[in-house]
Amino acid sequence: MPQHSISARRGCAVAATLALTLLPAIAADPGGTASASGAQIARGAYLVKIMACNDCHTPWKVGPRGPEPDMTRALSGHPQDMTLPPAPALGNGPWVWAGAGSNTAYAGPWGVSFAANLTPDRETGLGAWTAETFLTALRSGRHEGQGRPILPPMPYLQYRQATDEDLRAIFAYLQSLPPIRNRVPQPIEPAAAH
Amino acid sequence: MRIRGLIALLGLGLGALAGGAGAVSPLPTGIPVSAPQRLSETGLYAPDGSIDPRNLPYAPQYPLWTDGAAKARWIRLPEGTAIDVSDADAWSFPIGTILWKEFAFGGRKVETRMIWRTEAGTWEFATYVWNQEQSDAILAPADGLPDLVEIAPGRRHSIPGVADCLACHGSSPSPVLGFSAIQLSDDRDPLAPHAEPLRPGMVTLRALVDFQRLDPPRREWADDPPRIRAGDPVARAALGYLSANCGHCHNDRGPLARLGLALRHDDSGAPDAPERAVATAVGARGRYLVPGAGRDGSWLVAPGDPAHSALLYRMESRHPSSQMPPLGTVLVDADAARLVRAWIATLSSGGHGTILSPSR
Repeated sequence: MPQHSISARRGCAVAATLALTLLPAIAADPGGTASASGAQIARGAYLVKIMACNDCHTPWKVGPRGPEPDMTRALSGHPQDMTLPPAPALGNGPWVWAGAGSNTAYAGPWGVSFAANLTPDRETGLGAWTAETFLTALRSGRHEGQGRPILPPMPYLQYRQATDEDLRAIFAYLQSLPPIRNRVPQPIEPAAAH
Repeated sequence: MRIRGLIALLGLGLGALAGGAGAVSPLPTGIPVSAPQRLSETGLYAPDGSIDPRNLPYAPQYPLWTDGAAKARWIRLPEGTAIDVSDADAWSFPIGTILWKEFAFGGRKVETRMIWRTEAGTWEFATYVWNQEQSDAILAPADGLPDLVEIAPGRRHSIPGVADCLACHGSSPSPVLGFSAIQLSDDRDPLAPHAEPLRPGMVTLRALVDFQRLDPPRREWADDPPRIRAGDPVARAALGYLSANCGHCHNDRGPLARLGLALRHDDSGAPDAPERAVATAVGARGRYLVPGAGRDGSWLVAPGDPAHSALLYRMESRHPSSQMPPLGTVLVDADAARLVRAWIATLSSGGHGTILSPSR
């Protein structure tokens, strides 16, 4: 595929540049991490920590000191084997959304969303993503960078403002994690959506 | 026949394809270096407000669904140049190529999009929003203009932003989506949903061949025009629709190729090869599960069983987390859904039905 870069012109133009090279580079390095340095991964680890990624993408459990993220399943998203009853009907507010105790499933006007598996498992996580896919997803707010909208409560509107360098560092760190096979359910539409 | 066609084309104003001189260029080089602020500055129009004769109208035989928008399209190929079609599925356009596409709802022009290839070989994208007087259109902001115009009760058309442009144009083998061999083929599909009639002066594949605007010349595309490989008219139209509306992202060569779903027609395909959509979707499992059907009851396309076909389910959804395409439309294309439903219903549970036996 052609790799693209985006350049908004003069601050107001809907203009984008599509470079037509780099295909071999992508093919040879699908994860985009071959050149990831220790410093870049460390930067990514730091960012993941302070940007609270574990708050939602790592399932929470109740430990001896109360709720805490289950780091044996770090960043692997909503557990595929967790059976949830139908989401509570919250009416028209002011209470409009609810979250599961794992802090990986959320119900609201958008339906039910589940935190994604960010580990580099090729089938169920980000293992087949490129750094470019990751950047595009965060910038556009779309799954895979071009699919359905990334759903609440993922704060992509804030994260999209990170620099390319920081997003690449986050991706490099995520790709350095041990892959965890965990197929997160697809979002559930609101009952009357279809 | 060919000579008669040539005469007819020349009579219809396609002399511009032969590289004829035209009106004043909007910029000294004729190639915009960045998006002008107004559509009237892009070179689409001649000084008298008519379409510049160097810009040739065309109509892909399988139009992209944009909620019923009426569309008009033009291409400018720089004088003396040819499109590199050595890769039949990824046309490479000359530096300086410009394309425009106008969208109108309810008889009023809403936006005109423009893409062009720069001196550096990159592609630029811009969209212009028409003013109230319909006299000119203004460059839209980088993030687009969400929900600008109501096009149906409670449904509004959005002007795309940069990321939206690239979601489709950056995912296909060629950033130009509607100007390809199958789309310009003179063997037009009579069942194509929302097909637009060929009007005088429109560019077709035969015209490109006859005026030597393809390299290599591809004489065979004029003598034996490309056609969706299908065994019956319904399959042909359904597969053509899917190619044009879904194949931008779901193809063998873009970033989503790893999903294994390729709905884009391949003009390089062997005459007896099944369409890629048949090969990759019919009887195949996908990641998306039809709600209520479970993993065992959900297929991309379940032969003979539209209710268990995720492809159709998502076509008929306009909920953001399910709908396909995921952007650029807020209304279900009911005509196309009926067509695809009918096609799926004809497929035998053996897998590929009659589709594997193309006939012409």
